[in-house]
Parts: sequence; C-alpha cells; structure tokens
Amino acid sequence: MDTKYLLGNLAIAHACREAGVDFVSGYPGTPSSEVIESLRTVSDEIPHLEWSVNEKVAFENALAAAWCGCRALVTMKHVGVNVAADPLMTSSYTGVTGGFVLLAADDPFAHSSQNEQDSRIYAGFAKIPCIDPQGIQEAHDGMVKAFDLSEEFGLPVMVRPTTRICHSKGDINLGEPATGHRSGNFTKNPRQYVVIPAHTRILHKQLNEKQPGIKKRLIEEGFNTQVIRGKKAVIAGGISAAYAREVIPDDVSIATIGAYPIDEEWLKAFVSQHTEILVIEELMPVIESAVLEVACGQTIYGKKNGYLPYEGEFSPSLIAGALKKASFITGELYPAVTPAENLPIRPPILCAGCMHRSTFYAMKKVFKDGIFPSDIGCYTLGLQLGAVDTTICMGASITVASGISLCGEERDVVCTIGDSTFLHTGVNGLINAVYNGADMVVVILDNRITAMTGHQPNPNTGKTACGVSSPPLSLESLCRSCGVSFVETVDPYDLTLLLETMKKAKAEKGVRVIIARQPCIIVAKREGLKRRPFMVETNTCTGCQLCVKYGCPAIEFHDEKASINDLCSGCAVCADICPAGAIRREVKR
Amino acid sequence: MKTGFDIMIVGIGGQGTILASNVLGEACLVEGRSVRGAETHGMAQRGGSVESQIRINCEFGPLIVPGTADLLIAFDLLEAVRYRHFLKEGGEMIVNNQLVLPTSTFTSGQAPPTENDIIGMLKGLKISIVDATAIATAAGSPLAANIALLGAASHSIPLGLESLLEGVRRCVPKKTIPINEKAFLDGRAAVNP
Repeated sequence: MDTKYLLGNLAIAHACREAGVDFVSGYPGTPSSEVIESLRTVSDEIPHLEWSVNEKVAFENALAAAWCGCRALVTMKHVGVNVAADPLMTSSYTGVTGGFVLLAADDPFAHSSQNEQDSRIYAGFAKIPCIDPQGIQEAHDGMVKAFDLSEEFGLPVMVRPTTRICHSKGDINLGEPATGHRSGNFTKNPRQYVVIPAHTRILHKQLNEKQPGIKKRLIEEGFNTQVIRGKKAVIAGGISAAYAREVIPDDVSIATIGAYPIDEEWLKAFVSQHTEILVIEELMPVIESAVLEVACGQTIYGKKNGYLPYEGEFSPSLIAGALKKASFITGELYPAVTPAENLPIRPPILCAGCMHRSTFYAMKKVFKDGIFPSDIGCYTLGLQLGAVDTTICMGASITVASGISLCGEERDVVCTIGDSTFLHTGVNGLINAVYNGADMVVVILDNRITAMTGHQPNPNTGKTACGVSSPPLSLESLCRSCGVSFVETVDPYDLTLLLETMKKAKAEKGVRVIIARQPCIIVAKREGLKRRPFMVETNTCTGCQLCVKYGCPAIEFHDEKASINDLCSGCAVCADICPAGAIRREVKR
Repeated sequence: MKTGFDIMIVGIGGQGTILASNVLGEACLVEGRSVRGAETHGMAQRGGSVESQIRINCEFGPLIVPGTADLLIAFDLLEAVRYRHFLKEGGEMIVNNQLVLPTSTFTSGQAPPTENDIIGMLKGLKISIVDATAIATAAGSPLAANIALLGAASHSIPLGLESLLEGVRRCVPKKTIPINEKAFLDGRAAVNP
C-alpha cells in the first residue's frame, strides 16, 4: 500500500486502475474531468479510453463494453447525466455482465455549473446503487467496490462525488493497479438486450426483485454506519458526514450514509433508539424522506422544517448553526466575521488574446440591436462584454436562437457556440433550424479544443484522448451538409475581415454560419507560440478608452492614458480598435 | 472540533497557489501527518480570485471556517483583504507586496485602490509584507515567487524545514529544484520570526 497526497479525482482514477477498468469514456465537465485526464496519462495500460462527443454517446459506448463482459467506466458532470438519462433509465433493466460504473460528479453551490441538481435522485429513479462518499479515501475505496457490486448485481452503479471531493486533496492510501484485462465478448441474448415490451416488462420485475439484496449488501460492505451515543442523533450523508463529525458533541449519536438505497430496517433500528434526529445532506432531502418514512414519534429536524437549506453547499459552520437551532449545542462554535466591503471584484475573465473577445466585439458592433443566445464554455464569460443573452444547457444556443427567430421576434438573432459544444448537441439544433426555416446567424467559436474544462481534444482537434491522430472533421462541410448555404470561415484576429463577414451575413436571410477560427491562446502558448507584445505610445494616446472597453486583461488605464501589461499575447486586435493609432507592436525587447 | 493547523493560500488564477499548497501537502506526508486541502479549479482559474485551503493534522472535511484560519498566505494585496476574515483573532498573514488590479476596475471606470489604501485595510493584523517576486528573481526565476512566499511563511507553519524543502523538491520541475530551494530559503530569511 502506498500513501499519496492526491486530488480526489486522481484518487478515483487510481481506484479504476486498481479495479482493472478495461473501457473508459466520458465527456468533460467540471468537476469530473480530471478522472479521464489522469487515466489518459496511462492510456497504454487501458485497452480503450476515449473522450466522447457527448454523455449519451459516452454512456452507450461504455454500456456496450459492459454487455461484452468488460469493466467499463463512464464519467460526466451532474448535468451530463441529463444527456445520458435515456440509456441510463433502461440500462438498469438490461443490466450488465462486466462491472459498469457511472461517475456523476455533483456541484452543490454551482461552482462551475448551470444548476445544482442531485444525482442521487437519478440513481433512485433508475433503481441502481449510488455510492456517495464523505471523503476522498471513501471515494477511492467506493470506486473499487463499485465495480464488484455492479458485477454481483448485474447493474450499473453510480459513484457520486461532489466538487469538494473531486477538487480537494488528502493523504490517500492506494492499492496496486490490476494487471491483465478482459477482451469483449458479446453473448446474444435478445430477452436481455432487446427491450421490446414483452421483454422489458419481465426485466422491470427482475430489477425490482434485486433491490432488497442491494440494500443488505451496502450495509454489509460498511457504506452506511451508525454509532449510538445518546438519545439525540445526527444522520449525515456524503461530505456532510465529514463536516458533521467535526462539530458534533460527544453525546450525540451519528449515522453516516455513504450509499443508496438505504435499508429501511437498518435505518428504523437507528431511528427508534432516539428522540430527536437532525438529518444533514446537501441538496435534495433523500435521507430525510427515508427517515420520515420509518420514524414513529421522533422529532426530525431537516430541510422540510427549515433547519437546513435545499440549496448550496454545506460547511462545518452551517452545520453548527443547525445543531444550535435544534438545541443539540448551546453557544457559538465559530466567531462572527465581517468580510471587507466594496472591493473591486475579480471574476474569471477571457484570457488576453482570446479569440472569443474579438468575435464578440465584432458581433456587437454589426448587430447593434441583436439578440445573442450563447452556450456553455469559456465564451459564457462574454456575459461581461454584453454578448451573452441566454445560456441554459449544452447545445441550446442554436435551438434558443431558432425558437426566438421563429416566434415572431423581429430583431436579428446571432448565437455563439464553441466547437466542442457544437459537436456535443449543437449540430442537431442546426439541422432543425435549417429544416424548419429559421432566420438566424450561428457563430461557431472554433478554438479547436474543449478549453474550459482543461483542453480536452474533440473530433475537431484531430487527435484522440490517447494522442492518436484522428481524421480531421470539417465544420464547413458539416454545416453545408445540414443545408446551410452561407458558411464563411474567418480569422477573428483579422478584425476588418471579421466585421465585413458579419455585415455580409447580416444582409442575407435564412440560417447563416460564421466559423471564427483561432487556436485557444493557452494551447497555442503551450505549443510554443511567441508573438511580440504590443505597447501604447503614450504621446499619441488620447485617453478615449475604446481599448479599455474592449475588456482585455492586458490593457490598463492610469493617469488618463492606456497602457499594456505583460499579459499581452500579441493578437493585435486592440491596435485595430485604437482610433488614434497609438497601439503598436513592441520593437524587440 | 478543530484539532490541527489551518492555512489559507489566496491569489489570482495562474499565480501558483495550487503548487504552493501541494508543497505543504507533500511535507505533511513526509511527517506522516493527515492533511486535507480544498482548491479552486475550472473556469475560475481564468484570471479569477482563487483560494487553496490546507488543513494540517485534519481528519475531517477540507473546508476552513471563516474566522478560524491560523495563517493566511496572500499572493496579492487585494486578495489578502478579500480573504482576511478567514483569519482567526491573532492569526498571521504573509503577503506578497504585489497588486494586480482586476480588469473590472478599468472597464467599470472605478477608481482603482492604491497599495497604500490596501495596506491601510490590513492595519491591526499580524502581517509581514514580502517582495516575493524580487526574492525569486534574485534566486534565479520570478516563477519561483510562490515558493519564496512559502519560505517567508515557513516560520509560522508547524512542519519541519527539511520536510518543507522535501515538499518543494517533490513539487517543482526537476531542473528548477536548486532555484526553488534557494527561493524558499531566501524567502525564509526575509522574515524575522
């Protein structure tokens, strides 16, 4: 056994190697991405590993591998499960032969997400086991066991860490990676794999019959624990159990829930020995509902009576507040604090030299009165530039744009979508928009990579997750084959041409596509790009601040004059914006 | 209740706060201590305000409660102010004397705060201000500023000097080990405990 200081997601990835995973797929999404990013570094020891184009595709690929007897892992963030929900809901009917684990990383507080949905609900909905670890060691150990459980019950198993597990670190005990792998071997069995009504009715009954055994096994495996210490008790799930352990008084009992479904008899035995119980879990009241079902006269404190919130992430101080409210403790465990007020905010911002900034700039200049649906990616930060009017989920910029254009709204509709998001679910919307006669402009922000989640390759990159060259995908041909006749590709650093192309598009009708193409500046720099930076000639600068309004982090303004700091990557766009001609490339430093 | 020593490391995405926290994590492993850390990943890294929390001798969750941190290491003056309420009463603060103004101050036309304004907002705290970039540059590379700042903070960290240096060696690129060791020690020498 080896002890390492590891990121949660890296510990989870290591556990998959210990379990001898044979097939890995997923779509990047914070906070899940580092699991496959880590496995990519050892892709030579895993028979198949891929970044898929979306979560449904990833799920179905991995499911098929598990039908063939392989151990398969599929990873995604919580909202990715929505995309994969269609196969998920029936995969529990068909079951699996090889161990099949769905890693669904939840994001309470929506640190990097559009919502705070709780994947435990999905697991219950699909009737599959869900492991909900309270820390990194539990996530690691649970991941190894998840493959065994999946094979024992012939069911997919969900592992559901939250951001504070995926992106926290700790001293973790690791096992040895397994050696030897399985080769897929499909055994034909239509009664299992062809879910026509006659088959699926039987499969559903079989799925329901598996449930009691799963509940018992989760207790035997030690996922759910109880310690009796008094007449009052705390029941805590997931990472809330770790926070609760930090603040709970010695005379209060504690049950920790690390996996679902919860065995009702086990829970009732604990509940019945207490008079008052505080239930602590982030997001949905899953445990609380189970407790209320078995409670008989006990006072239950939780979300349903206002002791804890339904939203956001928990912390030791928040739990201390609930303990106090329920009179489990008296006095304050933590000091009251006052954060500094009126500080300039420092939100994340598009990089200096990011191709999205100039595209947004040109779009706003040409389509002054336009409506700008956008999508999920770095470019959602275009909100700060007034260039993002809607964002709801992956691929929805194009469909929201067509919906707006087809409902009678008369202003120009110009939507933006990244290359990876376009290939994820955007292209379906484009097909539909052309087919149904929408009048709109689609700007594909093509930086050749899935940037926001840490630069994962996609079919547009020309490389697979394992670094193997893949056939280059042509966005131009793809759009044309959807029936778009106006498809123009432009270098977004060429502001003049970019503006001209936008004007040309504005003059046309129907669905028009502009592909703005420049590599992500972070990737370009990593690959050795060096351009001389720009500077402001102070004497020529009139202090008009047009360059400042461009919003590049390399441009500053002091004493009525603009200046350029060392973040400048030399993209040259600000020099085109400056009406005084005061910005020019530095002569060799 | 809290049993260990809690450290906040704050700065701006890209300044190396995560590497600095990794050094502390590795140093804990060297000494066989339990440790927890929480970090900012993902989109917030794009020039945003970031924090790493490190809890030495901790077997609970990774989050430090505001008002309870024993030590705050700030890579930027403005971020020191933003997170100062995490410090416990009497806690210590080690701050890099650098001020990167957020782009928001320019685009919004807000009057940017000066270094003196900000240092004024930290008055009354136990604070050491260090020029970590200058120390690192003198040691061989401005990129080692995070390690120099960690060196300056090392007097207050309950881990042995040799363990911390071993942490540095484990975390930085191999060929930069001598520069980073020097930056650490020069940073340490820049502060009198």
